[in-house]
Amino acid sequence: MNVVTPFEGIGASVRRKEDFRFLQGRGAYTDDFNRQGQLHAWILRSPHAHARIKAVDTKAAAAMPGVVAVFTGADMARDNIGGLPCGWQIHNKDGSPMAEPPHPVLAIDKVRHVGDPVAVAIAATREQARDAAEAILVDYDVLPAAATMDAALKPGAAPIHDGVAGNLCYDWHIGDKAVVDAAFASAAKVVSLDLVNNRLIPNAMEPRAALGEFDRTTGDYTLTTTSQNPHVIRLLMGANVLHIPESKLRVVAPDVGGGFGSKIYHYAEEAIVTWSAGKLARPVKWTADRSESFMSDAHGRDHVSHAELALDAEGKILGLRVSTLANMGAYLSTFAPCVPTYLYATLLAGVYTTPVIYCEVKAVFTNTVPVDAYRGAGRPEATFLLERLMDVAAQETGIDRVDLRRRNFIPTDAFPYQTPVALQYDSGNYHATLDEALKTSDWAGFEARRAESAKRGKLRGIGISTYLEACGIAPSAVVGSLGARAGLYEVGTIRVHPTGSVTVLTGAHSHGQGHETTFAQLVADKLGVPTAQVDIVHGDTAKVPFGMGTYGSRSLAVGGSAMMKAMDKIIAKGKRIAAHLMEASVDDIEFDRGTFRVAGTDKTKALVDISVAAYVPHNYPIEELEPGLEETAFYDPKNFTYPGGCHIAEVEIDPETGKVSMVNFTAVDDVGRVINPMIVEGQVQGGIAQGIGQALLETCVYDASGQLLSGSMMDYTMPRADDLAPVSVATHTTLCTHNPLGVKGCGEVGAIGSPPAVINAVVDALRDYGVRTLDMPATPAKIWQIINGGRRMAAE
Amino acid sequence: MYDFAYHKPASVADAVKLLADPDAKAVSGGHTLLPALKHRLNKPSALVDLSGIAELKGIRRVGNAIVIGALTRHVEVATSAEVAASIPALAYLAGHIGDVQVRNRGTIGGSVSNNDPAADYPAAVLGLGATVHTSARKIAADDFFLGMFTTALEPNEILTAIEFPIPEKAGYAKMKNPASRYVMAGAFVSKGPMGVRVAINGAAPCVFRQADMEKALSANWSADAVAAVKQAADGLNADIHGSAEYRAHLVTVMAKRAVAAAG
Ligand SMILES: Cc1cc2nc3c(=O)[nH]c(=O)nc-3n(C[C@H](O)[C@H](O)[C@H](O)COP(=O)(O)OP(=O)(O)OC[C@H]3O[C@@H](n4cnc5c(N)ncnc54)[C@H](O)[C@@H]3O)c2cc1C
Repeated sequence: MNVVTPFEGIGASVRRKEDFRFLQGRGAYTDDFNRQGQLHAWILRSPHAHARIKAVDTKAAAAMPGVVAVFTGADMARDNIGGLPCGWQIHNKDGSPMAEPPHPVLAIDKVRHVGDPVAVAIAATREQARDAAEAILVDYDVLPAAATMDAALKPGAAPIHDGVAGNLCYDWHIGDKAVVDAAFASAAKVVSLDLVNNRLIPNAMEPRAALGEFDRTTGDYTLTTTSQNPHVIRLLMGANVLHIPESKLRVVAPDVGGGFGSKIYHYAEEAIVTWSAGKLARPVKWTADRSESFMSDAHGRDHVSHAELALDAEGKILGLRVSTLANMGAYLSTFAPCVPTYLYATLLAGVYTTPVIYCEVKAVFTNTVPVDAYRGAGRPEATFLLERLMDVAAQETGIDRVDLRRRNFIPTDAFPYQTPVALQYDSGNYHATLDEALKTSDWAGFEARRAESAKRGKLRGIGISTYLEACGIAPSAVVGSLGARAGLYEVGTIRVHPTGSVTVLTGAHSHGQGHETTFAQLVADKLGVPTAQVDIVHGDTAKVPFGMGTYGSRSLAVGGSAMMKAMDKIIAKGKRIAAHLMEASVDDIEFDRGTFRVAGTDKTKALVDISVAAYVPHNYPIEELEPGLEETAFYDPKNFTYPGGCHIAEVEIDPETGKVSMVNFTAVDDVGRVINPMIVEGQVQGGIAQGIGQALLETCVYDASGQLLSGSMMDYTMPRADDLAPVSVATHTTLCTHNPLGVKGCGEVGAIGSPPAVINAVVDALRDYGVRTLDMPATPAKIWQIINGGRRMAAE
Repeated sequence: MYDFAYHKPASVADAVKLLADPDAKAVSGGHTLLPALKHRLNKPSALVDLSGIAELKGIRRVGNAIVIGALTRHVEVATSAEVAASIPALAYLAGHIGDVQVRNRGTIGGSVSNNDPAADYPAAVLGLGATVHTSARKIAADDFFLGMFTTALEPNEILTAIEFPIPEKAGYAKMKNPASRYVMAGAFVSKGPMGVRVAINGAAPCVFRQADMEKALSANWSADAVAAVKQAADGLNADIHGSAEYRAHLVTVMAKRAVAAAG
């Protein structure tokens, strides 16, 4: 049998193929591409959070050395350029559609956040373009700004968009309020909690960049861009903004240095460089500097919630009632409206049997950078709310926090499990992940460690989070009914070459996830082709038939499933060819990892025999079969996938400085079948790093006038290696029941499960200070304030 | 970055001449100046690169003092046997500035001339009662640091070396800003030929001596003695990372730790 040695199939920790080029500095990122005659764009951005543009004078700028053009919003309007579209429509409680104000590519009449693009200067060098941008004179009439949701919702607040009453984008809800209210009325105990889910700035290592090209001969446009989903960008930009048919527009997303969601969206700069490349008939490149990234990449999270949990006398949850304000920023980013609704409120059952849930969400416009999905998107917000609420409920009912969770777990034999908030979970085993995490973290031995820390003058705490998330998005019909303006299937092509090597075309996009390895392992496992002979092609609309891209931990569950389907077609065709070659009936042909065999005989053909026959069809069933061995499949998932698990954080606090140190972190995640354990561990660790970042370090701060105070690495605290704890990552698998691989997804679990575990640990460490709750991030100053306040209280 | 002329003089005298142009700027390690230029916060007509001036380099013991040339990089101070033997707290301080890359490029002269309120070296210079040598004169530490990013240096005056008297004991402790990892509040304490000195950096717009702590330590050199001294919050820095009250509190904690480290 043609078994790959060493084993490279499903379950093997094959080293990441892509790392050979990345580690040698040979990755090819958007900014690495330079074209003949290329110009450079510099975007002039608004210094004000909210202002009317009275006049823009570009004359001096246009006359500067090297400058080829200066364009404003008015120039784009003259060319009938459309606004940046929103890909999801939410409906209000009363059934009316959300407010969807225009989002001009370059500002027209008004700017609405610091960093809002106002004009673009295009010159021979980047420095010349920047010099010219500085010479553009903009006459602003500064308006009162709403930097917070509170300010935006205040009666009489300045309207950010004409026709959007009260700066409210939508007022949405899910669940039957009356039923939930009744559950609360009968409760033995009601626990309530106010929470802030802090606003984050994604900070991918590679800043966004875009290179537009136009071929005067053919009229074809090419956009090379830092995107997680080039086909989606082609669709949105071509159809809505620039009005270029797909056949004339190629979008390439080459190597991309991290996205975390922030590179899903269609951004102004992509349209600006593509449009100006056409106008000037020269390539135009734009690359953000880090400061621009801070004020132009979509931010994440930013919820303010009030949550109430109703419990019976035994600690069984009777109902959950949540009211959330979600910040949209100044404009609707591509998928912003769905994050605090269908990616959030539908997750509020978590791993618990909560019978009834009501959640209302008001989405608010503010004079800040648009907010959209960021690693986890909605699920971290839901998980933080639930898992904090569970700890407070434990505290207030006197039931042990682990026990309270167990009492409410969805039983292992209850799957498929229908929640009251639309989702139907297919599989899971929350007791198993909890048990293993308790054991690995030595939960039972914690009090001894706490005492040891106390001897050194340190406060030690331990915290737990038993979480669930929904990913692998998504069934197209379902999301369509919920307001998505796109399908969320994925596409895979398997091209078996004449000599048996394989090229895979996938609509998923790798920007750090290791797809070139994981996907190759699927082929190795199923077709028996060594991973070295499997090439994964992604990120180019001219090569890949179609695709929806990578986000929502969907690449393997949806994209991998498409590949499996395509491989099934290859095998089916291969069997017919094999049957012909071996003069057997198709029904008698068996296939296993690269070998076609006539059942019960030693007659076999290798995949390469079949591919040669398919491309050199001399002896071939040409009457019934086309030559060639290439198949494409679209896979539309039947359901979301539901990873879940248990995270346990252990922290130590220096009470003199308030500094929280992570001392241990345990993750036991059920991500479904594991294809490459090493890559899963890396994904989970990365997610946990970001979760710890959210819990302890990161936060976006605007002042009252809408200036971004955390606008650089000097003030925005990215997690560093020494901020993290030793992280133990393990998996416990229950298989997804509805996709061919049984996989669930591992890209976001780390960022979803970890923040409440960390904050629960911090609150536990501070238990002697009467702390009930604590907003993220738990910075030294904040902790000191609590300890200091506590001391004062004790002294009084 | 805006355009600028570039000069690389070989002597202090030539550098001083080039700096007669009021818009010209000296550059040593460039780790403060270059980021500012890249952000276009600064538009010098010329950069006068001091790195070719041999007389600004090196660490020497002169009598009862350590003299460190302005161009000496943080890594050299951190790893100098001479410094480790005579002022280990100074080696410790240098070894904890920024990260490896910063320590491999940044210089003591650049740091002290820049007088960033959140920088490390000014605390050592003031806390040890050092003498700043310049192209024109010698300036006592007490007269050198005038305010935020402001020193007694004239525009065309070059810092050439710093002379640190060797103390009996010295210690340094700092709380880092979580984001920038510059100093949020730090204390450099010493006891020796310059008396008992406590210099506080990070907490205020400029490094300063904490007189009450010096008094307490003069009477009783112990961590407990200094722990009992409260720093007033008035005039201290406040930002998104911490209030003036928090910094005031940290000043005492860091002073206590610095004394403990000094032994
Ligand atoms: C990421 C990062 C982290 C950092 N973290 C820290 C930290 O934790 N603690 C800390 O203290 N510092 C930190 N720094 C600053 C670093 O120590 C700088 O290198 C130092 O402050 C300046 O030294 P330089 O040689 O680089 O000066 P340069 O950048 O070359 O010059 C700084 C200023 O001093 C002037 N100058 C330079 N040399 C002389 C001279 N001989 N005479 C007169 N004027 C002169 C220049 O004109 C300029 O105005 C950090 C820097 C970076 C980039």
